[in-house]
Amino acid sequence: MNTPSFPRRSVFLLVALTAAALSGCTNAGLVRVQPWERGTLADYTMRPDRDPVATAMADHIYTSRESSTGGRGVGGSGCGCN
Amino acid sequence: MSPPEITRRPTIVRRGLTIALGLALAGGARAGVNPGDPFPSLPAAGLDGGAPPATAGRVVLVDFWASWCAPCRAAFSAYARLEADYAPRGLVIVAVSVDESPAAYAAFVDRFRPPFAVRRDPEQHLARRVDIPALPTCYLLGRDGRVRFVHQGFHGDQTERELRREIDRLLADPVLAP
Repeated sequence: MNTPSFPRRSVFLLVALTAAALSGCTNAGLVRVQPWERGTLADYTMRPDRDPVATAMADHIYTSRESSTGGRGVGGSGCGCN
Repeated sequence: MSPPEITRRPTIVRRGLTIALGLALAGGARAGVNPGDPFPSLPAAGLDGGAPPATAGRVVLVDFWASWCAPCRAAFSAYARLEADYAPRGLVIVAVSVDESPAAYAAFVDRFRPPFAVRRDPEQHLARRVDIPALPTCYLLGRDGRVRFVHQGFHGDQTERELRREIDRLLADPVLAP
């Protein structure tokens, strides 16, 4: 029987890519924001709902685009299924 | 006939996956201060706010907090109760802020006026060395200066109950009690 050959270089490449992907899922290659560095992220200005007018506008646009009454924040979206 | 190249594949793949697993595990582990390790010296940590209180031979609670961290604020009232109940029996509480802004730190301290020692780690050297996993995190040290318990986050009454049980145990340690 003729067994198909599997080039060794390809195997190494595959394994190396797997290793890179696995280690990339943890710390290597990524910058983790440490707990003591999160002051700016915790600032009020980082909140997506910090401005009530902008939030209302975004809700209005969302509602219009989705053609759904209530948009976010109201149970049921006009489909009558809720 | 020589064996085909494919017969080597399992060994190569196994070796590669072992390396990958090792990398993944090494990446996920936190080096830092864990239970059983000696806690870094507070006087040598260069904290703002004056020399930290004497801790030799005492049970010590070191809390890391920040003015922008809401659970840290909730933890302060629990620490105030612990201070009232346990300070006469030998507990020392040192709350170390990782605030970058001295003004935010000062405003927080002025507002809450904690009855225990608060200091600021201006360059966050101590926080890096301890490698705190979250804010707040508190370390309970035995009389020998070694970390005995670590509490990550603050979960209200549950955390306070656990802290009381652990502090009682450390204060009653017959081997290390002075």
